Amino acid sequence: MTAHSLAFGRILRFGLLSLGALIFLAPYIFMISTAGKAQSEIFSSSLSLIPEQWSFAENFTKALSRVSMPTLLMNGVIVCALIFIVQVVVAIPCAYAMAKLKFRAARSMMVLVMLGLLVPIHATALPLYVAFDRLSVLNSYTALVAPFSISVFAIFLFLQFFRAIPDDLIHAARLDGMSEPGIVARVIVPNAWPAITAFAIFSVVAHWNDLFWPLVVVSNQDFATPPLGLLYFRAAEAGDDYGALMAATLIITLPLVAAFLIAQKRFVEGITMTGLKG
Amino acid sequence: MSVLSLDNITKSFAGNAILNGVSLEAGQGEFIALVGPSGCGKSTLLRIVAGLDHADSGEIAIGGRNVSSLAAADRNIAMVFQSYALYPHLTAGQNIAVPLAMRRLTAAQRLPFIGDFLPGQRQIRADIQRQVREMAASLKIDHLLDRKPGQMSGGQRQRVALARAMVRRPSVFLMDEPLSNLDANLRVHARGEIVELHRRAGVPTLYVTHDQSEALSMADRVAVMIGGTLLQLAPPQEIYDDPAHIEVARFLGQPRINVLETRMDATGLVRFGALTLAVETAPPSERRVLIGVRPEFVRLRPGTDGILRARIERTEFLGSEVIIHARLDAIGETIVARIAPADAATLSTGMPVSVEIEPSRMMLFATTGERLRAKTVAIASSRERAHG
Repeated sequence: MTAHSLAFGRILRFGLLSLGALIFLAPYIFMISTAGKAQSEIFSSSLSLIPEQWSFAENFTKALSRVSMPTLLMNGVIVCALIFIVQVVVAIPCAYAMAKLKFRAARSMMVLVMLGLLVPIHATALPLYVAFDRLSVLNSYTALVAPFSISVFAIFLFLQFFRAIPDDLIHAARLDGMSEPGIVARVIVPNAWPAITAFAIFSVVAHWNDLFWPLVVVSNQDFATPPLGLLYFRAAEAGDDYGALMAATLIITLPLVAAFLIAQKRFVEGITMTGLKG
Repeated sequence: MSVLSLDNITKSFAGNAILNGVSLEAGQGEFIALVGPSGCGKSTLLRIVAGLDHADSGEIAIGGRNVSSLAAADRNIAMVFQSYALYPHLTAGQNIAVPLAMRRLTAAQRLPFIGDFLPGQRQIRADIQRQVREMAASLKIDHLLDRKPGQMSGGQRQRVALARAMVRRPSVFLMDEPLSNLDANLRVHARGEIVELHRRAGVPTLYVTHDQSEALSMADRVAVMIGGTLLQLAPPQEIYDDPAHIEVARFLGQPRINVLETRMDATGLVRFGALTLAVETAPPSERRVLIGVRPEFVRLRPGTDGILRARIERTEFLGSEVIIHARLDAIGETIVARIAPADAATLSTGMPVSVEIEPSRMMLFATTGERLRAKTVAIASSRERAHG
């Protein structure tokens, strides 16, 4: 009886979760489906998930040939990697100092970080654009990466994580003869992987999918990131070819999906891991 | 010659004095236990000695050299932390090797990948490995070298922390309650081990604890700190038998010392029951004094013919001894006696008893806490007192 109702409860829960997942995944599923449909079928009045006639190959060929997909993906990888690396390199020492060192400006720095969290990129876009224009660095990786090099969100996230690292661990490191940069590199970073992984997901997803900033500073296809490339893709065609567009979208979202699936285990570990006791 | 000397160390946080001028000297190979209730500043003092915190004033010298302004890493001090503070991402062997690698290898040689190709580092690394293994063998943790701290028990972690601290032959050894996270059995066993390790290393050791039995059983000298002041520094027996301050007397000893308040007359004579004690250096205006008697020197016997009469309120049987709480008829205060179970057989709760205290075991303290030296001038018999 109990076992039976337990099983029923499990089925109910699982069913509800599956339904929720299906709702969230529906647009993506529909995108996959559209990527396999011919132009005529997309605009037909009937709505079906399974293409009547498979045109995946055709659409993907179009997607790969009309814009330089390797360039787009490469730009995406370069920009996201640069942003992530610079953010981590800047934020970790900063968060370490604010979490574990005593200095007079610590409080006011905390206030600045909080303020920084409140200001969106859109507010500073115009002054940044003008500045980059004056420096003649529009249409470059610098323009794409520089505004995001200091992430207050990263500082905030790492700060919370570092506060949980026991002071004694840092004291022990000092007594063992490590300098402060040495402590960051040898003690903090190796123990901060869960936080770094979690931040990597936020950062990479945000900047891989970002359309706003690349649209502001890039007008040259050579530096276009994947979402911007899609825009060119649309503009390049008189009649919108949705099948090919969806195929292209599928290609540019695939790396993220794959990366998340690979990092999923660590990501969940990072969130559930209760710190460094032991 | 003293190897470690602290001179008038003061420290305050946000206007609260944590340390009020602590001075202390430790000789070669001396084991000093710093003991006191939590919040008395003993851990702060230890951190200041280690260089992890800065004193507001005062001087720290190691081997005659003033190290007050040196960073922690340059003082050649090793410390064992209460939480052990092992690096969670390194194995036990790597943990023990860290202090050696940081000192022997240059910054370039420590770099990953590149360092492996620099000349000379192979020999040094082999040497470090050999030393780590020797250290591990002497602490019987050689089978744990490949495990990470998360895979070890508390006792094992504590040994790894000891090994990490001792492997580089520091000039001073600091321990901050290293046994407080172990269970009771292991703790007693580890005490002996630490004393043995200390004896072999011959390095002056400051050992912070709040556990008086640890302090008394392990140390060459015990320093009692209360409220940021070092009240007394003396060998265990001396500090127990002859405390200089009532707080020292109260802190050491289980159960706590009995403290009874009484009066002193204008000539410096204190009468307590049938006893008359003469205070040698009586404080001029003070008329009240405190008498301290350790529970083991209080004797109880059935009957009401004694000088001090009391009624038994409560008895606690502890196996090897019995703790008896009795209320004194005359002043209404409770006195605690520690007696052998055989002697307690005739005593039961509610029974009126006579209390006897050996005069030489009574200690007088001023109400401010300082010890007053006194000598017994007269012991009246009960009849004399009854008439007088």
